[in-house]
Amino acid sequence: MAMVSLAPDTASSSAKVRAATDAPAALICRNLWKIYGANAEAFLRENPMPTHAEVRAAGLFAAVRDASLEIRQGEIFIIMGLSGSGKSTLVRCLSRLVEPTGGSVFYEHQNLLRMSPAELIQVRRHKMGMVFQNFALLPHRTVLGNVAFPLEVQGMPKEEREARALKMIDLVGLTERAGYYPRELSGGQQQRVGIARSLAVEPALWFLDEPFSALDPLIRHEMQNEFLRLQRMLSKTIVFITHDFDEAIRLGDRIAIMKDGAVIQVGTAEELVLNPASDYVSAFTRHVARAKVLTAGGVSVPVTPGEALGATVPARALVAEVAEVVLTSNLPAAVVDKNGMVIGKLERANVIANLVGGVP
Amino acid sequence: MSEVALPREEAHPRRFPVGWMVAALVALAVLLPYAAPGMFGWAKSYPATWIVPISDWLKAFLYWLARDATFGLFTFKDMTRFVSGLFGHALDVPKALLSTGITLGDEDGAFHIPRLSWAGLIAAVTIWSYLLGGARLALLGFVGFGYILVFGQWDSAMVTLSQVIVAVLSGVVGGILIGILAYRVPRIEGAVVAALDFMQTVPTFAYLVPLVFLVGVGPVSGMLATILYAMPPMVRVTLMALKRVPPELDELARMTGCEPRQALWKVLVPSARDDLLVGVNQVIMLTLNMIIIAAMIGAGGLGFDVLNALRQANGLGKGLEAGLAVVALAIVLDRMSRALVEMRPVHGPAAQRRRQLFWLGLVVLIGFTALSFVVPALEKLPNEYRISTGNMWSDVVSWVNINMFATTDAIRTFLLLYLLVPVKTFLIGFPWLGLVAVVGGGAYALGGWRFALGMMALIAFIPVAGLWERGMTTIYLCSISVVIATLIGLPLGLLGSRSERMHAFLGAMCDTLQTLPSFVYLLPVVMLFRIGDVSALVAIVLYAMVPAIRFTDHGLRRVPPSLQEAGTMAGCTGTQRLTKVELPYALPEIMLGVNQVIMMALSMLVVSSFVGTNDLGKQIQVAISQADPGKGLSAGLAIAFLGILADRMIGRFVAARRQRMGL
Repeated sequence: MAMVSLAPDTASSSAKVRAATDAPAALICRNLWKIYGANAEAFLRENPMPTHAEVRAAGLFAAVRDASLEIRQGEIFIIMGLSGSGKSTLVRCLSRLVEPTGGSVFYEHQNLLRMSPAELIQVRRHKMGMVFQNFALLPHRTVLGNVAFPLEVQGMPKEEREARALKMIDLVGLTERAGYYPRELSGGQQQRVGIARSLAVEPALWFLDEPFSALDPLIRHEMQNEFLRLQRMLSKTIVFITHDFDEAIRLGDRIAIMKDGAVIQVGTAEELVLNPASDYVSAFTRHVARAKVLTAGGVSVPVTPGEALGATVPARALVAEVAEVVLTSNLPAAVVDKNGMVIGKLERANVIANLVGGVP
Repeated sequence: MSEVALPREEAHPRRFPVGWMVAALVALAVLLPYAAPGMFGWAKSYPATWIVPISDWLKAFLYWLARDATFGLFTFKDMTRFVSGLFGHALDVPKALLSTGITLGDEDGAFHIPRLSWAGLIAAVTIWSYLLGGARLALLGFVGFGYILVFGQWDSAMVTLSQVIVAVLSGVVGGILIGILAYRVPRIEGAVVAALDFMQTVPTFAYLVPLVFLVGVGPVSGMLATILYAMPPMVRVTLMALKRVPPELDELARMTGCEPRQALWKVLVPSARDDLLVGVNQVIMLTLNMIIIAAMIGAGGLGFDVLNALRQANGLGKGLEAGLAVVALAIVLDRMSRALVEMRPVHGPAAQRRRQLFWLGLVVLIGFTALSFVVPALEKLPNEYRISTGNMWSDVVSWVNINMFATTDAIRTFLLLYLLVPVKTFLIGFPWLGLVAVVGGGAYALGGWRFALGMMALIAFIPVAGLWERGMTTIYLCSISVVIATLIGLPLGLLGSRSERMHAFLGAMCDTLQTLPSFVYLLPVVMLFRIGDVSALVAIVLYAMVPAIRFTDHGLRRVPPSLQEAGTMAGCTGTQRLTKVELPYALPEIMLGVNQVIMMALSMLVVSSFVGTNDLGKQIQVAISQADPGKGLSAGLAIAFLGILADRMIGRFVAARRQRMGL
């Protein structure tokens, strides 16, 4: 937190990475398929791994193809893809808003796909929250009524649920507006209501479906900061959908990139930038501000024994954070791991190449 | 129709020229009966021996329903009795409140609880109108109900209003429930939509005939007919409104763990509020329209006053007074329910003010009513305070007859001599086989063999059921009035699309024209043109013109600006741009307007049989008075088939046009 004044976004993102790497998986999906069309289930049973051509030949359409993911407790997991890539369908399969055609979804060691409707209602009432792209606020209810809605559905007494809802409204800074109706609020405020509502049941698993896409760029940035602030307080397990790679980098611990219904790569932003699995991935990463993604450790080069090194920078720090130190020094900087061991060096040329976005 | 289709046939020149063959067959079917009446006389006037006794079959069916039909546990008759009993009791409540009051005990020492005081009701309507739509609406409410009171229409109006209340409540609740069912169960949806399509083409009157037969004459059967007539749009609106709820809200309901019932009543239905209220407005207007017509089968109220006036030689003045009361009631109810649609939820002091106004209205209403225990004048306005303009209106009528007779009579004679009579004679003398062939040829060009067969079956119903003369009279009046209504509506719509002021003016005019129950149109028309086809024609044109204006205006306004600019940049003059760019683009929309004109003309046609036309509507009217349900139903079916025929043919044309333009 000491670095907040210098670069708040990057400081928080390094905090996230620490939280997530060794946590156990909370939500797991294996070989998930969603195929639309007549008799899709029978088709998938006969062809467990159909190709694009086979699906098309059967007159069907595969929105999600063989997706396997492990989402860790407390991490922000981003599912990123262009429109039509199947990201929305995938997240709806994870919450069973859409019934998957094949595969399995495990949450806390229970297969969601085997649950009865009644069990599913209980899981959704107590374990899941979801934020929608177009807010999905109920027009006939006030802010308070909207936020208290999930609690009302559970049958919580009025006083209790309103007290809890007010706490959530306070959390997103809308206490003054609790009596307003959604149409009396700006887009950003409406989505704050959506966020407060999704948190009202204190879910462990938080789905956000392109929550900031419908907002102006300026508001979007503000809301992203707000989101990170909330996550630092709450440490939910988050599945976050976006089509905006910059947003994915800013918010995500790990990112899954989807194309034509399939997950083509999962990794941290740095892994995606340094080792793109395909041309499709590198097309996204090419225009990224690399200095804000790559860490000193990731781009360091081996030290020649006996070489004179200047300042010391931590391996986990982003290139952008250490740029000033490296550039103002005549000597290469020493990159040290968390135990203080020198694991490499960072030269000026190295930093400059990443700052201007070229390929090193 | 056949001219429209020819280009399409030419698009496939290499195929066997089926199109030309069809055209030749049609020409033969039309011309041969004229050319060789000896050999082809059977194709000209439909032989009486070929008539299928459909009326008798329908009559036998209804008799069977009324006497013998049974559902196992109870008979059909039990069911109709139960339903009419139920609605009869439901009607007692608002009737006691608004119209009769409640009298307890025997004749001596009877205790009378007065009905809601007129003063309280007018004040409450004014306050609630203010709450809904501000000072202007409050003034409208005050003047509207004030008129009804001062001109002595209060008693009749309250009878009508209590029927309206029951019918609207049942129509709305029933419509929403059926709509929800159709939304929830996709298998039912198709059947419901098909039934709605059919019910909306059946003329209002046709409902009355079987109801009179099964339930009997009286306020209850009038109300049942009204509910049957006004409910279908509510079902349709509900289905559409629920489908229009954003899918995200449905997902929200599921993600928060709503049970199906919670999802429906806490999320879906409240989110569809605005659309549903639009449906409520429609139900109110249709109810008012129909409840006036239902006076024919004993619904009483204002409709009875209007009907009575039409039947009497010099009752026109009284009729106009009652007609204006209907108009006042219609406009006030329409504007109030529309304001309700526009009303959005608010918070804080504004919401508190709304609540205060609502309670204030209620308190005033009850307060005045309580006062009327002591001051009977507050329950019933003493006669000396009433104004009757009946005499004045009668004077107006005689003045019109004396001073304008020459003009109106000249118009009337001219129309009859040079337009109505020739067309009528031509159509009635037209070979029936030729008519079927013309319809078949047009339908073939629009939609192929199977479509053509279906359409031919619809039109053939008229000669086959023995309804030729009345059917052709219907077709003749309908087609002439549709042509005239379109000829008036098109240029008006065009003007509306060119200027904002005209657009606003036409909008207000159309709103008002549509608010008026169809029955009311007959009064001034009869005053000017007396009984006969000309009166019917004018009434139909006035009533059916609205969609021609609306759709033309709307269609032309929807032409994309880029297309207009392209036309201008290509060097079009204003007229060229209109005829070569905008009208072709807007044609499908305009044709949908014409379709609506036809539907409205058909429904008005039946009502206008009151002013002395001799068409299918007349047959229904006669059937009601003779209690012959078979005749009435077959005439109703014939009109419905004509409506379906026009609707499907125009629908095909519009769809083909739109597809070609890639819309």
